[in-house]
Amino acid sequence: MKVKDLLKEESFTVIAGEKGLDKELEGVYIGDLLSWVMAHLQENEAWITIQSHVNVIAVAVLNDAACILLAEGAYLDEDAKKKADQEDLAVIMTSMSAFELAVKINELMKENG
Amino acid sequence: MGTVNLAFHVAKEDFSKAGEASSSIKKTLKKLGIDSKIIRKVAIVTYEAEMNIVIHSHGGKITVDIDTEKIKIQAIDQGPGIADTNKAMEIGFSTATQKVRELGFGAGMGLPNIKRNSDKFAISSEIDKYTKIESSIYLTK
Ligand SMILES: Nc1ncnc2c1ncn2[C@@H]1O[C@H](COP(=O)(O)OP(=O)(O)O)[C@@H](O)[C@H]1O
Ligand SMILES: [Mg+2]
Repeated sequence: MKVKDLLKEESFTVIAGEKGLDKELEGVYIGDLLSWVMAHLQENEAWITIQSHVNVIAVAVLNDAACILLAEGAYLDEDAKKKADQEDLAVIMTSMSAFELAVKINELMKENG
Repeated sequence: MGTVNLAFHVAKEDFSKAGEASSSIKKTLKKLGIDSKIIRKVAIVTYEAEMNIVIHSHGGKITVDIDTEKIKIQAIDQGPGIADTNKAMEIGFSTATQKVRELGFGAGMGLPNIKRNSDKFAISSEIDKYTKIESSIYLTK
């Protein structure tokens, strides 16, 4: 499926990097410790985190992540938003927990292939 | 292909720019048509080295030298140096402050990640002088 297929879930809001919505989404990685994420996040995976500063965008881009999903209502700072727009990296926020988010994405992946 | 040499200054404590050297290195490697698996290794090495300079040092630089056989990455800073480099290499060892940990840094996995993704790796350091990381990643095996 594509990142934009996530938006079928109405409670998801795109807050930056709209141009990145056409990317392929093939899996999910959850983590907040950046060195772990750096080592394990794979290409085309959606990254679920509560970290929301500018360095997070660099980590996602270096790993060719599909998008960032900010859980628990975490919100991006302005620097990070600008960077996500520059890099065409979609950032989606939601009040769901990381667990609820992963379950939801699993459902959407089944529906959308 | 001849050799390509890149160099980046990395400022201490500048989290707003942190990751820019690594991002720029990655873009160059993509343009050169380097294999994506190799690019991933280089990205991990340069990112962790860059963040260590930002978080733990007084500032430094990263150089990348690419020839037909390998990509050689060197990160060197102006101190404060590491008292026990063996200890620093242990998984989970970190002197990062609580403030920095809250941002997701300080897992104590940076140097181990660098080593794991390098075909050749060396760390050297002198207190109050420098820390130097050297990593080579071979293009052909
Ligand atoms: N460039 C450096 N200058 C001084 N100390 C460093 C440097 N790089 C690493 N260190 C020391 O080694 C420790 C382990 O580094 P690392 O494995 O990258 O973990 P982390 O950065 O998460 O603490 C750091 O906490 C720090 O004490
Ligand atoms: Mg580190």
